[in-house]
Amino acid sequence: MSASAHTLDRFAVSTRRRRKDRFARGTVVAATVVALVPLVLIVYYLLSKGLGSWSPSFFSTDPTGNTFFAASSIGGIKSAILGTIEIVAVASALAVPIGLGVAVWLVEYGRSSRFAQTVRFFVDVLTGVPSIMFGLFIYIALIVGTGSSYAGYKGAFALALLMLPVVTRSAEVVLLLVPGPLRESALALGAPRWKVIFKIVLPTALPGLLTGILLAIARAAGETAPLLFTAGATMKTEFGLGGFMNSLPIQIYTDVTSPTTAVVNRAWGAALTLVVMILLLNLFARLLARRSSLG
Amino acid sequence: MSPEEQTVRASQVTASTERPTMSAEEPTMKTGESGEEAPTQMLDPSRSQPTASQSTPSGDAQTRANVRQGLAVKLEQLRAFYGDVAQVKGIDLDFHSGEVTAIIGPSGCGKSTMVRCINRMHEEIPGARTEGKVLLDDFDIYDPSVDVVAVRRAIGMVFQKPNPFPTMSVFDNVAAGLRLASRGRGDLQHKVESALRGAGLWEEVKDRLSEPGAGLSGGQQQRLCIARSLAVEPEVILMDEPCSALDPIATLKIEELIDQLKAKVTIVIVTHNMQQAARVADRTAFMLSGELVEVGPTQQIFTNPSDSRTEEYVTGKFG
Repeated sequence: MSASAHTLDRFAVSTRRRRKDRFARGTVVAATVVALVPLVLIVYYLLSKGLGSWSPSFFSTDPTGNTFFAASSIGGIKSAILGTIEIVAVASALAVPIGLGVAVWLVEYGRSSRFAQTVRFFVDVLTGVPSIMFGLFIYIALIVGTGSSYAGYKGAFALALLMLPVVTRSAEVVLLLVPGPLRESALALGAPRWKVIFKIVLPTALPGLLTGILLAIARAAGETAPLLFTAGATMKTEFGLGGFMNSLPIQIYTDVTSPTTAVVNRAWGAALTLVVMILLLNLFARLLARRSSLG
Repeated sequence: MSPEEQTVRASQVTASTERPTMSAEEPTMKTGESGEEAPTQMLDPSRSQPTASQSTPSGDAQTRANVRQGLAVKLEQLRAFYGDVAQVKGIDLDFHSGEVTAIIGPSGCGKSTMVRCINRMHEEIPGARTEGKVLLDDFDIYDPSVDVVAVRRAIGMVFQKPNPFPTMSVFDNVAAGLRLASRGRGDLQHKVESALRGAGLWEEVKDRLSEPGAGLSGGQQQRLCIARSLAVEPEVILMDEPCSALDPIATLKIEELIDQLKAKVTIVIVTHNMQQAARVADRTAFMLSGELVEVGPTQQIFTNPSDSRTEEYVTGKFG
């Protein structure tokens, strides 16, 4: 055997390893493709079925309830869009500051104290609670308990409860990623702790915090169950939080079971609207975050 | 300035007097300082004393720039604990104003912990506590009436790894201390420039003040961090292995900077690099397992230590 052949033998990749490599790579590529299939299909169906029902009047009129007449008389989804915006906005206004506050406390003050561990445990438990439970809780506490009827703010409360653990958990993870030396050097400059949190820790974590908040908002905006027996279902646009309030998920839920094709199509249109709204919110927040972190 | 020259000068300074004569420092100060600087915040009678002796006929602005001087720090039976474990076991040590004191010793001997006690950063670690006294110019900073935040404004710190605030520009990084400590709305521009000049960074960054601080090179970032501490005009700066993440050239620049700064701020530097201690420090303290073994003029510690353990350490027999 010549010297060069000997060298080749030593350094050649064995066929067995080659085969293993090909198999492993094939598996992960296949997994990616399989995961992409439903994603692409969802977007495709939403666009193909939903875009058809989009028209100026689709966004500017309330649903009429005249579902058995001409397709043009069923009305749009104005009340649902406005209702979703209002309910989710109120829910976010409640859940985001509280959730961030809990996360800041856990990371900056509570750390590994017993109380902090307990809080962490309950936050984890809440993250896993099915969404209908939050609706049920509000239903029992604020509707059965007070003997009153459905109202927009009750829906917002249910969604806020749903968002709270998601915001808290994601914010905690992100705040933990802020390097300790950054806090230390700010403290060593003679900054009071609250300023270190507001001027250093939160801005540094901002992009991650936004991602968590947006995920929570997106999840809340798409929830039907907590709204079913808290905000109720209605057709007319209602701004007052005390009355029944329509929302996109509820609109989709009621429309999709209708025997009338035009109404089912309206459900697709509403679903597409919901997705586009969340997408826009996402883009908007990212732009805002990028500008603030450079400014 | 070459390292050799620095060593010589350091030994001259320690040999002659407690406080280095200002006139010798003058040429270096000129490049480092421009214009006047605000009078120090922590005015007290003992501080105004050295002013007269420092007045040199080399210009009014410069004289005023030299008014500031570091404060002496004195540790009395300092102990530091993590939970129940004592990491620093009763240290008495003086840091003279206008001098650089190096702390050397093997890893885990409590150097960093001790230094972190001096500006009360040690207590930021959960379960950590301190006993004993740290006197800043005869004033115990562990007194219950003392505001920790004020202590840290007077005693700045530079960390091992350069850590500019990632969301901030070069300018904002330097201004951060002033803004966070709500000290300086007045003429931020001037104070930032003065701090950057003090850290020998101004010429390199003056055209990129609005760029992110994290975009600078490692050495520049560390000098940016020094500028950031300088901006709040501390009387003492603690440096915890400030060059361990830097290349030799960046290290040399920091060492030159330390040499210029010591006229204005008392400097305590923890270092693993014994050559560095020899180059920059007027006095050197050797620590071993939480205790102070020996402290003295740098030259003496390295050439003629009185304790055999010090000799073994500085000659590389262990550690």
